[in-house]
Amino acid sequence: MLEIDVLLDKLEADIKHIIIERQLINPLMIGIRTGGVWIAEIMHQRLNINEPLGLLDISFYRDDFSQIGVHPNVKPSQLPTHMEGRDIILIDDVFYTGRTIRAALNEIFDYGRPNQVVLAVLIERDGRQIPLCPDCAGARIMLNADQRIKLTGPDSLAIYLQTMDTAA
Amino acid sequence: MVDNLQLNPEGKLKHFLTIEGLNRNLLTEILDIAESFIGMTDQQIKKVPLLRGKTIVNLFFENSTRTRTTFELAAKRLSADVLSMSMSTSSTSKGESLLDTIRNLEAMFVDMFVVRHGISGAAHFIAQHTAPHISVINAGDGQHAHPTQAMLDMFTIRQIKQDFSTLRVAIIGDILHSRVARSEIQALNMLGAAEVRVIAPKTLLPAHVENLGVSVSHNLTAGLEDIDVIIMLRLQKERMSSALLPSESEYFKCFGLTEDKLKIAKPDAIVMHPGPINRGVEIDSRVADGPQSVVLKQVSNGIAIRMAIMAMAMQKKGTI
Repeated sequence: MLEIDVLLDKLEADIKHIIIERQLINPLMIGIRTGGVWIAEIMHQRLNINEPLGLLDISFYRDDFSQIGVHPNVKPSQLPTHMEGRDIILIDDVFYTGRTIRAALNEIFDYGRPNQVVLAVLIERDGRQIPLCPDCAGARIMLNADQRIKLTGPDSLAIYLQTMDTAA
Repeated sequence: MVDNLQLNPEGKLKHFLTIEGLNRNLLTEILDIAESFIGMTDQQIKKVPLLRGKTIVNLFFENSTRTRTTFELAAKRLSADVLSMSMSTSSTSKGESLLDTIRNLEAMFVDMFVVRHGISGAAHFIAQHTAPHISVINAGDGQHAHPTQAMLDMFTIRQIKQDFSTLRVAIIGDILHSRVARSEIQALNMLGAAEVRVIAPKTLLPAHVENLGVSVSHNLTAGLEDIDVIIMLRLQKERMSSALLPSESEYFKCFGLTEDKLKIAKPDAIVMHPGPINRGVEIDSRVADGPQSVVLKQVSNGIAIRMAIMAMAMQKKGTI
């Protein structure tokens, strides 16, 4: 069901389309760690974007910090210092509750006020908890509440479904 | 014991009182998290929302410039609300006991105390007696420990030298009165430094200093051979109750770090000092301001390391 190449092709086409539709000028592409960066690296290459890919680590902006704390593998975000007025293509692997994107937007705005931000994800699944949604998606799917999408990579990207153990 | 008090049942940091009783993984985690805060200076808005809505009280019973301001800045960059109290102008000077001060601040719904005190064990005492949801960070207690200074120095060393396992580190000067030295020695050993060497006159070394896991030299010229990292200590005149030294100029002649003496260490050796510096007493100005000095880098790194420690100590607050 989840053919990675098919998803990537669809996502690429969607992004090309939105660049024209929204008139994105010299867009800056930003991937959200970890899976989002893998997808963004591929899109960055396919769309021939010259400017280096921005890397976003949202660990310090998460809304569940008081429950889960700081992730020890947190890495510094690598974004250009001038984000003011830029058109941004934000990329993540899976869009689920929307909380990651909220955190990502908060962090991006701390670097400056962008002109436009579009959100592109490999897969959008149901389960939204806040009023945000992606502009481009490789696929839109419905899953059971105990199912999760798992992306492995970065070499030979693969995607599969996991069923969470809810008995614990 | 101190070590259990510092960690919650899951082994996560709850209080940060001393390096003792922690482990290499935890220290490395602190350094790694601090590393990601360094990049924050690129942000237009130099803040992350981690500790939004938390109240942190700086309780400084002793004077301090760097430590207090960097703790304050670190808390503000984490979006916490900060109260910096200078205890010489507070009710303590009217005779209020330490515990009464703590109880009153607790009644104002604070979440963390950052404590500097002239008496060894003060931060530990507060951690034992404060409400269970409150974290305590030791910002220096008597001659006992100054663990955040040690961690910012470890961070600075790692930033420049990367790997601890090949490093020979010299700590020079007033080891006897130095809480910084004690914490540095523990941290360096825990992180696996090849050698920690203390260099000082006999009168400024604690008894049985070898038991701390250091080699000892009483001669600066001989002691500086093969050294990668030099940590100078301030001569703590205010803590000296009797004449331990003939004179400051005599001390400088024997143990002051000059350009000539620095040449004995490895050519890429770095020079550190926790501040405040007594120029011309333990270190020559040309060394303190010279190309091998990383003194100001230490100060900048102090913000990131204190952010990391405060954020880590405040995690999982809802579950305790």
